[in-house]
Amino acid sequence: MKDLFRGELVRFTMEEPELRAKSEVRWQRDTEFHRLADGDPARLTSEKKIREWFDKQAEDGPQPKRYSFSVRTLADDKYIGFLGVWVDLIHSEAWVGLAIGEREFWSHGYGTDMMKLCLQYVFTELCVERLSLGVHEYNLRALRSYEKCGFRLEGRTRKDVLREGRRTDTLWMGILREEWLQMQNGGQK
Amino acid sequence: MFDIQTQLFEGQDIRFGPIDHEKDPEIESRWTHDSEFMRLVETGPARPMSAAMVRKQYEKLEKQVEEDKDLYHFMIRARADDRLIGKVSIYWIEWANGNAYLRIGIGAADDRRKGYGTQALRMLLRFAFAELNLFRLTAAVPEYNEGALALFRKSGFVQEVCRRKSLERDGRRWDLYLFGLLNDEWRDQARAWPERK
Repeated sequence: MKDLFRGELVRFTMEEPELRAKSEVRWQRDTEFHRLADGDPARLTSEKKIREWFDKQAEDGPQPKRYSFSVRTLADDKYIGFLGVWVDLIHSEAWVGLAIGEREFWSHGYGTDMMKLCLQYVFTELCVERLSLGVHEYNLRALRSYEKCGFRLEGRTRKDVLREGRRTDTLWMGILREEWLQMQNGGQK
Repeated sequence: MFDIQTQLFEGQDIRFGPIDHEKDPEIESRWTHDSEFMRLVETGPARPMSAAMVRKQYEKLEKQVEEDKDLYHFMIRARADDRLIGKVSIYWIEWANGNAYLRIGIGAADDRRKGYGTQALRMLLRFAFAELNLFRLTAAVPEYNEGALALFRKSGFVQEVCRRKSLERDGRRWDLYLFGLLNDEWRDQARAWPERK
């Protein structure tokens, strides 16, 4: 069987609340990072408060609808980001969000490797029919990476994000289980 | 003209009102026993609810409106006799982006296809665009909800996204559409609509 948690550049882990909180505080201060990953206004939160969120996650234990991973590089075992999956069990659909907080790891294929691991996880372990995501149209790096992984553009909600006085679209993407399986069987997309 | 005389909550045959905690629970409980209604308004599994459950839900809803500030909810009533017809809401409001979702439900089968949904949508759009000053609205509509598809198409909404095969019902998979309408698109068409003073 395939290793679900090890890709070509990264591996999935779940880091301790202390390390996650320390990194999160640092990543929150990088507003370019925030604006690439999220649609909400940027914010700053104390390490204590963030630590409480992660402590609570650990206390609550595994949730059937929520799957979280920390991401470390294989080469030097550095904690660089995270990936989260939300599952709608009724309609057999999952949503993914991922982010690389350590900027020097942008644009080097780490995100694509994270997504490939995620696809394998949702289609062979969670066994859902579909994986979905949303991405800002200005995040071209992410968009290209998702296309490479087999996601199809399914439309755009027009001008739904306002930043620096400019309105931009959110792009909606999805990949079906059968499409992913076809790619795995060597099929060209 | 600075049109503050237009009554936001009065339509031609319907009006928006607050929840009536005495009378509404029994009626909405009846709606939930109609699986067709439940499947049109919810993508979650349909289930019948007692009046006691609905009453509790109303309390939660009003608490959420008060605390979260990202939700508005109104009951639809007939102007003639104040009878409860349905409900509408604006939800997931993102104030920084001027963005929100909307939903409309007409409860009793007898009240569907009578134009109440169209009137309720027009009133809700005016409220969202001229009172909340939102920039855009989104509606999520399953492929099988033909009434809602027709309503949003004729009301000027643009079909922006087709989330392929994202719902499972009756043993097959269905697309889910996202419809969007921008404030200035609404303004262009709303001029032709009848007003109620």
